[in-house]
Amino acid sequence: MTEEAIITDEMRAVIGKEAEPLIVEVDKTAIRWFARAVGHTDLVYYDEAYAKSKGHRSIICPPGFLGHAIHTPDKPTNIVGNSVKRPPAIPGLKLMRLLNGGTEFEYYGEDICAGDTLKSVSKIADLRERTGGLGRMLILTTESNFYNAEGKLVATERGTGIMY
Amino acid sequence: MADQIYFEDVNVGDEIPKLVKNCTTQQLVMWAAGSGDMYQIHYDKDIAAGNGLPGVIVHGALKNAFLGQLLHDWIGEKGEIKKYNCQYRGMDVPTQDIICRGVITAKRQEDGKSLVDLDIWTEKADGEKTSPGKATVVLPSRG
Repeated sequence: MTEEAIITDEMRAVIGKEAEPLIVEVDKTAIRWFARAVGHTDLVYYDEAYAKSKGHRSIICPPGFLGHAIHTPDKPTNIVGNSVKRPPAIPGLKLMRLLNGGTEFEYYGEDICAGDTLKSVSKIADLRERTGGLGRMLILTTESNFYNAEGKLVATERGTGIMY
Repeated sequence: MADQIYFEDVNVGDEIPKLVKNCTTQQLVMWAAGSGDMYQIHYDKDIAAGNGLPGVIVHGALKNAFLGQLLHDWIGEKGEIKKYNCQYRGMDVPTQDIICRGVITAKRQEDGKSLVDLDIWTEKADGEKTSPGKATVVLPSRG
C-alpha cells in the first residue's frame, strides 16, 4: 500500500528560505523573569550593579534566553497563541499536533545584555518524514540567527518540532 | 557559586556536580510567562488530558534551560558556554525530581581556547534519561 507523501514539492520549496527579520528586545524584567522561572541563583542575571562588577554592560542573558520578539496585534501568532521567532509558514501542512523535539543554542563569545536589541532571522533548515510511535510524523528543523546592533552574529537557536 | 574551575582541573570521564530540580505547577506558570510559551498543556490539566497526556507536563525548553543552569553554575564566571542541546525523549511532570547531570567526553584546544565537550542530560529518579544532549564549554586555563 502506498501512502501519500506528507512533504510536497510546495512544502520542500520553503526549506532554507528566510523569514522577515524580527526585532527582539532584551530587557531586564524579561531576563529576571526567565532566570527566576529556571531557578538561577547567580546575581549576574538579576542585579545590574553586580553584573557590572563582573565586567558586563548590564545583567546578562541566561542560557536559552534571547529576548522576546516585539509583539503587536497586527502580527500573526502561532497555533497556541504565541508571538514568537518563527520561520515561514509551511504551505499545505495538514498535520496539526506539535511536540517539541529538541533545542540547541550556540553562542559566539559575545555578551548579550539587557538593553540590547537583536535582529532575529529564522528559516526552516530541514523537513523530513519519519514513522514512529506516533505514526507518520513530520520532523521540522528550524534555525534562528541573532545579530547585534553591529550586525555581528551573537547566537543561533536550532529547534526540532515533531508534527503528527 | 562554587570556586572557579580550570581546564587543567578536569579530566575525560569526570562527572560534573548534579543539579536537582523539582517543578511546582507555579514554576511552570512562571516559565510560561518568562519564556513566552503559553501552550496550555503545561498549566491546564483539562487541555493536557484532551491531548492524551496524563496531566500537565514540564516544558521541554525549561529542561533545556535547567541544563543551561547546570553548565553555568559549573563553569563559573570565567567560563563560557559555546553550545548546548538536548532532545526531549521523555515527559517529566510536576513534583517529581528532574536530575540534571553531565560527564566530560573530550578536552581540546581550538583557536587558542580550552574547550571541554560533555554529554549532558536530565533523568528521573529511576534513572530514565528524558532529555539527553551534548555541550561544549570554554574553561579558563591556568596558562
